Amino acid sequence: MATMISRLANPARFMRVSGAVLPVLAPAAALVLVLGLYLALFVAPPDYQQGESVRIMFVHVPAAWLALLVYLVVALGSAVALVWRHPLAEIAAQAAAPLGAAFTLVCLVTGSLWGRPMWGAWWVWDARLTSVLVLFFLYLGYIALANAFDDPGRGGRAASVLALVGVVNLPIIKFSVDWWNTLHQAGSVFRMGGPTIDRSMLIPLLVMALGYMLLFAALLLVRMRTALNERKARALQLSALPSPAAPLPNPSPVLR
Amino acid sequence: MSGLAEWAAMGGYAAFVWPAYAVAGAALGGMALQSWRRYRASIRALDRLSGSAGSRR
Repeated sequence: MATMISRLANPARFMRVSGAVLPVLAPAAALVLVLGLYLALFVAPPDYQQGESVRIMFVHVPAAWLALLVYLVVALGSAVALVWRHPLAEIAAQAAAPLGAAFTLVCLVTGSLWGRPMWGAWWVWDARLTSVLVLFFLYLGYIALANAFDDPGRGGRAASVLALVGVVNLPIIKFSVDWWNTLHQAGSVFRMGGPTIDRSMLIPLLVMALGYMLLFAALLLVRMRTALNERKARALQLSALPSPAAPLPNPSPVLR
Repeated sequence: MSGLAEWAAMGGYAAFVWPAYAVAGAALGGMALQSWRRYRASIRALDRLSGSAGSRR
């Protein structure tokens, strides 16, 4: 696994491999999402207590899982970028962050739309909801920091540090429903002793989650390829500038 | 009520179920569209630049 990653970590090889994977990955994501939507809206039964409102679960719960998973990708990429200065790791982290923010937003809004009929409130300041809101702000802060400096290296390092500090929030989100009395229900899929949710709902849920994951993987590759293309374009632009015959004392093109 | 209208009514929860699916579709679909457009633009820019660099050589 480690050798596979280090082999892929060469940008030229990454472009080659991702270029071959994408034409399979993108249609697979679309196909699984369509199947998941069909199962969620037509096949899954209504809940005996929540009725048809339970169908919100199929877009809400996978979004929450992806919000956490993508943050792990951002944090891991940031750690590798900080320790080994690997350019692809930072590109991966920065390509993943807006996707994670989108999944977190979907989780928050669909949760609100589910909470109103079931709890009678759009929002409560309970541990689970608040910690997920913090996750959303961590994503936004990371994105803002990464783009805040003219020198992308400095911004990238500051953002990477923020991403690593924010990791502390992940176990808080995961265990918030066990540590505190929350309005939010406890987990019913990833728990000791197996899922408590019925198969008829678990399968559509897992298909939707797979669809979200494939979508994330496809978009991550697209965004990483974009970043590498843009980097290459910048390098070409710089090399196309007329180079001074002798090094000037102040090489800034603005002051010349 | 016809079968389709009954399904669309979502047992009275239509006002919550459909907006939830719409938000998920809009956010993830929008993210996909934006990523794809920027990707195409990056390819075009690169083609333009490497084309002009090639002609100067």
